[in-house]
Amino acid sequence: MLHIVAKSPFERNALESCLRLSEPGSPILFIEDGVYGALDNTAMSESVKTAMADRSFYVLSADIKARGVTEQVIDGIELVDYEGFVDLVVDKGPSNTWL
Amino acid sequence: MAEFEFETEGVVKKFMFLNRKAPYGTIYALEVLETVLISAAFDQEVCLAFVDDGVYQIMKGCDTAETSGMKNFSKTYRALEGYDIEQLFVEKESMEARGLSEDNFIVDVQVIPASEMATLIAGQDVVISG
Repeated sequence: MLHIVAKSPFERNALESCLRLSEPGSPILFIEDGVYGALDNTAMSESVKTAMADRSFYVLSADIKARGVTEQVIDGIELVDYEGFVDLVVDKGPSNTWL
Repeated sequence: MAEFEFETEGVVKKFMFLNRKAPYGTIYALEVLETVLISAAFDQEVCLAFVDDGVYQIMKGCDTAETSGMKNFSKTYRALEGYDIEQLFVEKESMEARGLSEDNFIVDVQVIPASEMATLIAGQDVVISG
């Protein structure tokens, strides 16, 4: 099951709930305003880093670049382009989007 | 006009409708509920999950009489049984965080902890979230 987080963790609990309700081993992809959840030195960074121990994280490069925060992405979170997004859905799907 | 027979006949998938929004502030809950009712026509294995503010969707005693034009769809959850949709799950943590218990709900539900809910979600073929 691919989990897609599409909302900012500072506006909604989408990321928090995703971390709570995804199984260890799950891939998690940040898109749209969800990409703010991929950033370091935030109130959410530690939760994400903890989850990185047994989950793989990805962030959609177009959406992170659009917001000017590429430099702040947590080390170890992989940037993927739209092709990579499709590959994730195909290889790791079905998917669920957290809004 | 030709009659079509779908090749998917006999294929049963596990569908979960994952409800995370409170019922009357946005259209999410009603839209998901209508999709649930449509899905019942396709003989799939359907379950509903209520997490986060989604647990407020199944509160007893909702009365929208004094709101303007807001249809009260709360009782529709009780009709799901008639569509053979009987697998309703509530996440324990979300319920307790809101000071609720099973007695608050308009339908019979299975209350399960987050870890079990995670396993349940992971085992679905299709998850429709709202």
